[in-house]
Formats: sequence, C-alpha cells, structure tokens
Amino acid sequence: MTPKLHLWLIPVLPLIGAALNGLFGRRFSRQTVAAVALAFCGAAFVLGLWAAALFSFSSLPVPHLESLATWIRAGSFQVDFAFYLDQLSLVMLLVVTGVGFLIHIYSVGYMWQEGGFYRFFSYLNLFMFFMLTLVLANNYLMMFIGWEGVGLASYLLIGFWFTKDSAASAGKKAFIVNRVGDFGFLIALLLLIKHFGSLNFEQVFQSASKMPAEAAEAGLLTAIGLLLMLGAAGKSAQIPLYVWLPDAMEGPTPVSALIHAATMVTAGVYMVARSHVIFDRAPMALMVVAIIGTLTALFAATIGVAQTDIKKVLAYSTISQLGYMFMACGVAAYSAGIFHLMTHAFFKGLLFLAAGSVIHAIGGEQDVRRMGGLKEHIPWTFWTMTMATFAIAGFPPFAGFVSKDAILCRVYSSPYGSSVYWAIGVFTALLTSFYMFRLWFLTFFGQYRGERSGDHGGAHAQPGADAPPEHGHGGIHESPKVMLIPLVILAVLSVAGGWVGSARFEKFLSPVFHARAPASNAEQAAARETRAREHKEEGASEALLTGVSIGAAALGLYLAWLLYHRRPQLPQQIAHALGGFYYAVANKYYVDELYAILFAKPLVDGSTRILWQSIDQDVIDATLDNSADGARHVSDSLRHMQSGNLRSYAGWIAFGAAAVIAYMIWMGTR
Amino acid sequence: MVPLSYYLALSGILFACGVTGFLIKRNIITIFMSIELMLNGVNLSFVAFAAHWHALSGQIFVFFVMVVAAAEAGVGLAIIIAVYRTRETLNVDRVNLLKL
Repeated sequence: MTPKLHLWLIPVLPLIGAALNGLFGRRFSRQTVAAVALAFCGAAFVLGLWAAALFSFSSLPVPHLESLATWIRAGSFQVDFAFYLDQLSLVMLLVVTGVGFLIHIYSVGYMWQEGGFYRFFSYLNLFMFFMLTLVLANNYLMMFIGWEGVGLASYLLIGFWFTKDSAASAGKKAFIVNRVGDFGFLIALLLLIKHFGSLNFEQVFQSASKMPAEAAEAGLLTAIGLLLMLGAAGKSAQIPLYVWLPDAMEGPTPVSALIHAATMVTAGVYMVARSHVIFDRAPMALMVVAIIGTLTALFAATIGVAQTDIKKVLAYSTISQLGYMFMACGVAAYSAGIFHLMTHAFFKGLLFLAAGSVIHAIGGEQDVRRMGGLKEHIPWTFWTMTMATFAIAGFPPFAGFVSKDAILCRVYSSPYGSSVYWAIGVFTALLTSFYMFRLWFLTFFGQYRGERSGDHGGAHAQPGADAPPEHGHGGIHESPKVMLIPLVILAVLSVAGGWVGSARFEKFLSPVFHARAPASNAEQAAARETRAREHKEEGASEALLTGVSIGAAALGLYLAWLLYHRRPQLPQQIAHALGGFYYAVANKYYVDELYAILFAKPLVDGSTRILWQSIDQDVIDATLDNSADGARHVSDSLRHMQSGNLRSYAGWIAFGAAAVIAYMIWMGTR
Repeated sequence: MVPLSYYLALSGILFACGVTGFLIKRNIITIFMSIELMLNGVNLSFVAFAAHWHALSGQIFVFFVMVVAAAEAGVGLAIIIAVYRTRETLNVDRVNLLKL
C-alpha cells in the first residue's frame, strides 16, 4: 500500500501563510508576521523532508501520484488537480523549500526596518505556493499556473518599493518580457492538447515516447520543443529574453536571492528537463537549447566583467550560470543540468545573501567602486562569500566545481555535444572566475573607498539605495545573527553540496530521464558507454578536461588578483586601451537600447500614432463627438418649432393631418 | 332621399370652417366654438354613414362625441376663465407660456 503523503499540503501551507499575513498582517506585530511566515514555510520544508525520508527509507514507489479533484473535463480531455512526485520533483522540492526557508529566515533580519514588512512576507509565501505548485504539478496546465504565479510574485516583489519609479518599471519590464516567453509556452500547451489530447505528464510522455525521433526533418515535437524553450528562455532569462533579470535587482536583496537566483529562474531548466521525452526526440530543438545556453553563458559573463553594481554582477552571473544549465539540457545531460541547478541554488543564493549583508553593512551602497577593505569589518560575511565565490568559480572541492565539471564533461562527450560548446564553456568559466574574484577583491580587499564611517549616515538617505533606509548605526557593522545563520548553512552547502557526486546524482535521477529514452538514444547511450570506456582507457582525457577547467578558474583568479589587488590602476588603462569595446560591454552591448529601438519604440509610437491618435481619437472619439454635435445642431433648429404659440401648433397638426390624408388618398388611387 | 355625398360634403364644409376658424382666430372662445364646429362636422358624417349602412354603432358614437364635447366645454370654459383671471386677455398669441 502506498502511504498517503498529502502532497497538496506542501504548496497550500505557504498559501495559508500568505493569506494570513496578507489579510491580517497589518494588525500583527513584526514578530507575529515573521513567525507566521516562517512557520508555514518551514512546515512545507518539513513535509518535503518527510517525503524525501519516505522515499529513501521506506521505498516509496515513484512516481508517486496524488489526485485531489477533477478540474476540467471536456470530452476525453481531462485536467486534474493532481500532484506528482518523482526523483526530479523531489530534488526541486527540497531545493525550493530548503533554500526558500533559509532565505525567509534571512529576510526577517534584512527587512526588519522596512515598511510593508507583512506585505513582503505575504508575497514571499505566495511565491513559495506558486513555485511548489509548479514543481509538484502533475500536468502542464498546473505547471503553467505555477509558472504564471511565480511571475506574478516576482513582479510584486521587484516592485516592492513601488514608490520608486525604477523599481515599478523594472517590475513591469520583468512581467512584459515574461509574457513573450509565456506566449510560446501557451502555444506549446495548445499543440499538446491538439495532438496528444492531454496535458498530463504521464499521458503526454507515453504518447510522445511512441513517436520516432525527428532526426532529419523538423516536425511536431520539434515545434513543441522550440516553443517550450521560448517559454523557458523568458522565465530563465536566456537570450533573447534575458533583459529583465538585471533590472529585477531593484527588488529587495532576499528576493533577488530567492526568486532571481535560486528558484524561479531555474523553472525553465526544470521545465525543459521535465519535458525531456519531447526534447529527446527533437534533436533540432535540443541543438537550439544548447546554442542558446552556450551563447547566453558567454554573453552574460562578458557583461558581468564590466558591471560595477554588486547585484548587477551577480545578476549577470546568474544568467550565465543558467546558460550552463541549458547547455547541459541541450546535450541531453539533464541530470547534470539539474545538478548544477541545485548547487547553483546554494552558492548563488549565498552570494546574494552575502551581498545583501555587505550592502546592509555599509548602509545601502551597492557600487563596488565605493567598497573595499571590508574583510576585517564583516568577517562572517567575508568568509561565507568567499566560499560561494570559490564555489561559483569552480575550484575543487566546492560544489560549483563538481557540477560545472559534470556539465563540461558531458557537453564534450555527449552525442549531441561538441568541442565548440566545451571550449566556450571553459572560456566562460574563466570569465566567471575573473569577474567573481574581481567582485571579491573590490569588495573585501584594499582600502575602503566609500564615505568614512563618521559621515556615513548620509549614505542611508540616498534615495533608491537597496537597504533599510533608516537605521541608526555607527560605521560598518556585521549583520545580526538571524542573517548570518542562513549564510553559514548555505556556505556549508556550497562547499559540501557537490560531494554527492555527479555520477551518483545522475544515477538517482536516471529513472526519470532514461525510462523513456528513445530507441536511438539507447543505442547512443550504449555507444556513449563504449566511448566512456575508451575515455577511461585513454585515462587522461577526462582528467585533462577537468584540469583545463580548473586551470581556467585559477587563471581567472590570478588575473583578478593582478588587476584588482596588485595593480588597481591597470583596469583603467586596459579600459582606455580597449576604447569602444569596453564601453559596449559596460553598457551591456546596448541590448536594452537596441530592444528599445526595435520593439519598444515602434510599439509606443504605433500605439501613440495609430491606436491612440488615429483610431481612438480620430475614429472612435470623432464618431461619437460628431454624432453628438449633429444631434445638437438638428435639435437647435428643431427647437424653434416649440414656439408656445397655440395657433402654430394647430397649424402643424392640420398640416400633418392633411399630409396623412393626402398620402392615404395617393395610396388608394394607385 | 338625399344622397350620402351631400351629407359628406356638408360635413367636410363644416369641418373646414372649423379648421379655418381655429387657425385664423385669436380669441380663445372663438377657437373653442370652431372646435365644436369640427366635432359636429364629424358627427354629421357619422350619422350619415350610420343611416346609409343601417348600422347603429355610428349613431351611438355620436352620443359619445356629444358627451365628450359637453364635458370638454365645461372644462374648457373653466380654463378660459382661469386664463382670463391671470392673463387679463383671451388672445391666444399672448398665452404662450408653453414655450421653453
């Protein structure tokens, strides 16, 4: 007998928390708000752990399916409120609830001085609800609800400081750019309904697995795959829809950590991995995924090199790391992608929280050029951030090394892979290491370049600074314990999270990814086995790949040390020497400006000139105005008939009667 | 026996006299009398038709018209007296308060 897990409780608990805080939070004290938010989020985490424990120790049969109710039934098409737990969703569940819970704890400290405390936690719990719905959904439609819901929560939280114009427009930008991706996702869903008559994962994959791989010609599965990838590119900030993520840093830092680094933006990766049955049979779609991932990884990393805002650097690094995950998915190494997703959630969540702690410490300053020398002042933040930096740069034995190495290895050896992806991946790893250590050196080493602590209170009043605006403290100070504990836990995970090993992780996920592998893939897998064996025989090959990526990371560290610690005047000279190219990079390749010219401006102009001025004003308004004017003019002239003169009325009556009679006579004589 | 058309011609003449009087006279009482003239013109055509077709309904209708005319005369004269009391004139061209 399968035990009843009550999976529905996992998403619903945070929803209750969100409702409580959202409806009554205004009357709660801050302690109560924090307690409610933490309790419901923590309960979801505990339930997730329980599910994991049942799965590990009492051999819960997976996939585990729990259906709650029928939602839509139209002919043979049916959608249920049902939850689905397999190895993949279990990993996502634990990452989302675990990291989410830690970030909830951190937020209590970070947001304590802020107005709208209850609102913040209500949104945060709402986000957890939607994210868990997305992860645990049994069909594409529920996944889509979660998908849209996290977008909503993201919008609300980016615009949390909605009185600030830049935050409000950043929220709108995120929402609108995501619409483009969601459009693709929605069409993919409609195609699925049309051709498979179902949105249920089991049924869709069952039908899809009977279809042959579309090797040469692009067909239905390729179309679905590409549309799903469009959706994923929107949510996970890939080229060409990545532009919203850097702007999303307008939100509070815990939000950047939770939504825009650890969980929501990885939803696209999860969706692609979940739809692997479709992608496996559409090599062209896979290739597009891999190319987009590779290009995004490289592109975002180069932009990250020249950013000066601590959160923007991390944002571009998130985009770049997501590119790695898509690169892995694109060569059908889904488990490597999910593995990187997990470790990335640890170290990038930690990086953002630590960055938040730094910003908190120096009173709202986000520009790394005005930091420096913070190592002694905030040792806990420094050490935890160091762990995360080493992890993301890919130094062994940190988590990031293991997962990134797994991706690079698979990109090289997979039948879909190629050495070009690998080379770009390694170069990106070099850039990643460089810009992360640049950030690290600029923040923690050298001299403090901000205002001295004496007049440091002035920095607080800076409008738009992402930090508690008014809390009196003297000088640079370490964050409170409630913020440091999550940092420490995440630091431990950033170090040890990868020790599970990519091979074991892959084996854990293999029931998900290999159960319905297409026949040709099975052959390829066999071929891969032999190839891997050859590799082993060659021995050096895999070790060489690993060595090269470590070398790239070390080179990045060395360059960053050279440029930003040893000779701080050098970067200026290099920037001068590079001239135009440097400015292009510093200005994010003018992509925002390009989009503004290509899409935003024509839209605004078109709406203004055609829709507003031509259609609305000249056609709709004009019709209405003119007909009203006409009625008034006609009435104006007709008004004179109402003279009040009895005899004129009588005359009209007589005239009318005469006219009627004349008409009748005329009709009668015809 | 007088043919029907004679009656109808007389009825039409009476009605036309009434209309003309109504339109050209200014005194309310004259106008009132013109109305009576029109009513009686119509009455005449009713009874003529009734006699011609040997149908009683026309005769009965005439009684109704007479009753209404009598009632109207009562109410109308009362209104005329009220108008004269307030306006001190019976010239309809100067009783034009219906105008906005």
